[in-house]
Parts: sequence; structure tokens; C-alpha cells
Amino acid sequence: MTKTVSFKFAAALCCVLALAACSKKSTPDLEANAAAGLGAGQAMPGSEQDFATNVGDRIFFENDQSTLTAEAQETLRRQAQWLQQYTNVSIQVEGHADERGTREYNIALSARRATATREFLIAQGVEASRVSSIAYGKERPAALCDAEQCWSQNRRAVTVITGGAKTS
Amino acid sequence: MTCGKTTRSISIPISCSKVRDSDARMMTLAIPFRTFKPVHAFVIFCLALFASPAAYAVDGVVTGGRIDPLPIAIAPFLAGGGAEETGGTLSGVITNNLGRSGYFAPLDPATFIEQVSNFELSPNFASWQQIKAKALVTGQAYMDGGKIKVEFRLWDVNTQQQLAAQQFTTTPKNARRIGHIISDIIYKTLTSFDGYFDTRIVFVSEEGPKDKRVKRLAIMDQDGFNVRALTDGKDLVLTPRFSPSTNEITYMSFGKAEPRVYLMNIDTKQREIVGEFPNMSFSPRFSPDGQRVIMSLQDGGNANIFELDLRSRALRQLTNVAAINTAPSYSPDGSQIAFESDRGGTQQIYVMGSDGSGQNRISFGNGRYSTPVWSPDGQWVAFTKQGGGKFAIGVMKSDGSGERILTEGFHNEGPTWAPNSRVLMFFRDGQGANGGPQLWSVDITGYNEQKVPTPGFSSDPAWSPKLN
Repeated sequence: MTKTVSFKFAAALCCVLALAACSKKSTPDLEANAAAGLGAGQAMPGSEQDFATNVGDRIFFENDQSTLTAEAQETLRRQAQWLQQYTNVSIQVEGHADERGTREYNIALSARRATATREFLIAQGVEASRVSSIAYGKERPAALCDAEQCWSQNRRAVTVITGGAKTS
Repeated sequence: MTCGKTTRSISIPISCSKVRDSDARMMTLAIPFRTFKPVHAFVIFCLALFASPAAYAVDGVVTGGRIDPLPIAIAPFLAGGGAEETGGTLSGVITNNLGRSGYFAPLDPATFIEQVSNFELSPNFASWQQIKAKALVTGQAYMDGGKIKVEFRLWDVNTQQQLAAQQFTTTPKNARRIGHIISDIIYKTLTSFDGYFDTRIVFVSEEGPKDKRVKRLAIMDQDGFNVRALTDGKDLVLTPRFSPSTNEITYMSFGKAEPRVYLMNIDTKQREIVGEFPNMSFSPRFSPDGQRVIMSLQDGGNANIFELDLRSRALRQLTNVAAINTAPSYSPDGSQIAFESDRGGTQQIYVMGSDGSGQNRISFGNGRYSTPVWSPDGQWVAFTKQGGGKFAIGVMKSDGSGERILTEGFHNEGPTWAPNSRVLMFFRDGQGANGGPQLWSVDITGYNEQKVPTPGFSSDPAWSPKLN
């Protein structure tokens, strides 16, 4: 979780900084913005926030599958485009599984998801050396309700920026 | 299916070897105690006091998946000269162990008519028969030159014969362990099964909300006492397993990079990484001789099973299939390995020779089968089974026959065997954002589910071999 959380915190912090820089504009409702996902234009291009809000940092998988859905491929194409624009950025793909599997298998299943995601990004032209991956199995769920609506959010691959994003 | 539909009688023979008083002799057992302080092996003197010629049977009846437990009276241990606390500890440990086993019903001391006041005198058996005790345990503890001396006797109340008796000399801090050793003797004498109380559990202790769980390796006695953390919680740790020597574990840990398999000496807490591999290594388990570790190595989207010789560091690939092959477990003689693979589409259990030969699927029921663990007596492979939105713990023979489900529910996972192959421990996950896993045990008959007390959420239990 540390990685996802610190990423979210970093994104939130960027958001605050970005908004502070534009403080002459109408005072935004931070809560509402955070909840809605910040609108385009408010994130600094090339920042982690830009990536998360305007590109999309995660894709989702069907139960016990690592096949990339059409929607996932669409997201990954946007990620690849963005990464080719900001060539200093390095990323780590985190593979995750939902909690409805056994521990060791889910570690391997999430590795398979991370691999499918990484390979797709590389096939789209992102240099392999910029993309690492890690498998978290069911250890770091994002949604906690113990129902399909949450499990479907936990079967995911999250592209986490590990360096090179713009911060100012 | 469960064994709930069967009705059968399990004979619990009470027997003891014929030892004449003149044959009683001092036995010396060297028991190295494994503590977290520097190891000092010390000696317990066991004295076989008496034993009477008897071969007797008390029947415990399994009916509808239930065993009628044997009523046993555990008289409060007599204690004096500074050993009072030890006396109470011993009675408590024995009562708790025997009660939790499901084979015994310890009677409430408040109902005892006779208050045993002299360990050397024969009990008033009529008074113990009156409260329907079948067996009686008496004992005493006293200080003797800085050491503590513990004696106990096990009596058959009906025949008025002594079935077992031993004497121990040790340091007071080992009182609980003596209680476990006495429990093992009583259990074995009355059930004929080997005891499993003088054992430990290594597990993952969990803390914090579900999405930010902090996990630490921890170790405790089999009854949940003496819990100690082995790691500090900084790194995510999973799937600890004991070495046959019981003083080493192998587990997987996330550090800065991808997760790796580690070894840890639980006496010194020293740890080392097991091999440098290009990708993630996980799901480790020791060979029965402790000389090798088998584990999964990830390669792209596939995981295959490898064996690492801990001395030569030679690595041998055992599976080579484009699939997830993981959770390997040796047969107790080391000749075979059970593992899970999704090579056929979903997780199923396979068995192969320990050189990787003859990989055959053995699970064919409805659902997904995983986490196979061979029983120490070689008779069974325990597993997790998923189907219909439920997670069950079950056992089957290593040829796939004789499948039995022992417990089923929202989420039961990861069985481990007591060294006598009669009891399994596993974890049961709780639902909801504030839910979490707890350790449970169940008899191989599916009877006697018991929650294992731990300070917080706990998962991934692994049962040690017997310590003595």
C-alpha cells in the first residue's frame, strides 16, 4: 500500500501546490475536486497528478484473468503516449489481485497481470528500461467492501511513477 | 462431504508397558531449548516412577462427526517452597491442552470431592468415580536447589491403576514447556496418538486497516502463549515455514525490490536471502532433511518450481510449464512433491517425483484446489478448495482419492499439520473493512474447530515439528 498511498498523497500534494500557484482564480473546493478527480488543465503537464487524472494510472481485470480488456488497452495506450512525451519518467507497474484467491497463487496472478501490462507498454514504444514491475498479490486492496464491486477494483495494475515527473 | 454422516467408533486404548518397580530407572533426555536468548541446551531428568501392568481400552465414539470426549480430572498440582506459581501453571496448561484437543473433557475442579493433599498416597478412587472421571492426573512441583522439580501421575479411575508417571527437573521459566510435555504423555497414553502440545507455530501477525496492513513474522507456543515478533513490520512478510530442525524458517519478504525468499534463524533472528534470481522468488518450503528449499521463481507471466540445495547452492528446475506452478510441499520421505498449477486452466493440485518426473493432477472435484500440504505421516494432502463463493479446508490421499472437507465458509485458507497428523491449523479471514484473519484448528475428522488465541489478526500459520 505504501506505494499507492504515497502516490496518492504526492498527487494530492501536487494538487495543492498547483492550486496554490493559481490562487488568483476562484477558490476551488479541494474536497470536491479530489472527489471528482481534478479537471484537465489544473494538473501541471508532466506531473504525477497529470498522469493520474488526465491519463489514468490503473487498469482492471476480470476474475482470475490477466487478459487486457479493450478499456485497459485504451488506458495503456494513453499511458504510453504520455510516457513518450515525458521521456525522463520511469515507472513501476504494480500487479494486484482481489482477496478471493489463495496467497501464493494471487502473488503469481498479480505478477502475470503486471507482466501483461508492462509488455503492452513496451510494445507501444516505451523503453523497457523505464518500466519495472512488482507483484503484490492480495496484500494491498484498494477497495474494502468484500463484495464484487470492491473486488473488481482490486483486480488491477497500477502504473506508479517512480521518478522523472515534473514537480514545479 | 464431511465425515458427519458416518458413525464409527474410535478405540482409544489405554495401555502401558509392564515395568516392575525394580525396572524403574532414570532416563535422561537431552532437550535443547530453543529460546530467543543464546541457546543453552539443558537437560530434563525424567524418572519413570512406576507403571502397572495394564492394557485397557476406553472407547471414544465418533457419532455424527462428534467425539465423546473422555472425562478427565486434573487435580491442582501440589506446590510448595516457592513453586506455587509453577503448580498453577502446570495444571492450567495441561487442562487447556487436553480440553482443546477435543478428545478429553477436563472436569471442573469445583466438583472434585477429594482434595489431593499427598502426592505419594493413592487417590480415593471412589470419590473420582463418583464425579464420573475416567482418568485422573495428580502432580506436584517444588523447588530443589534453584531448580524446579515436577512430578505427575496418570491414573485409570476404574481399574485404579497408574498408567504413567514421570519426574522432571528444570528451571522455573520452563514450567509451561513441562506442562506441554506432560500433556503429550497423557494424550499419547490415553489415545495412542503421538502428542503435539510441545510445539510452536510461526505465523504472520497483522495490524492496521486492510489496505495498509502491517505484517510481522511471529512465533508462539501451540496454545497461543509466548508470542514473540521476529520481524519489525517494515517489510511485508508472508508464508513462513519451519525447517525440520525447528530453529529455522523460510519465508518471503518484500524489501526495496521484488519479493524474495529468505531464511531466518529464529534463535538469533539472523536472516539471509536464498539465492539471487532475476525475478521474484516466493512460496518456499524446506525439504524433510532440511538441506533443500523448494520455491517458485517468476519468469514473465509464469512461475515454475525450483529446488535449491542450501549447501552447494545448486539450483534445479522441477517444473517447466507456461503456467503458475507454486505452493510446493514434499512428501515426508522426500520422494514426491505436491504442488498447485493452473496449467489446465484453473488451480489444481498435482503430484510429481522430487526430481520433477511424472507430473500428474490429483484433484478432480468441483472447484479450484490449492495450497497442498503433505501430512507428516504421509497419509494425506491437505488443501484449500474454492468453489461457489466459499473457501474450504480439506484433505485427500496423494492419489486424489478419499477427499473430505473439514471446514467450509467465507474464507478458510492455508492448512498446516500438527506433527501427529491429527490436527490442522489454518486461517479464517473475516469480512468487511475492519475484518481480518484469525487462526483456527480442526481435527482431521472435521470435528472440534478451535480458535487459536492470538493478540491480533493472524494468518499463514506453520506448525513446527515436535520440539522434544
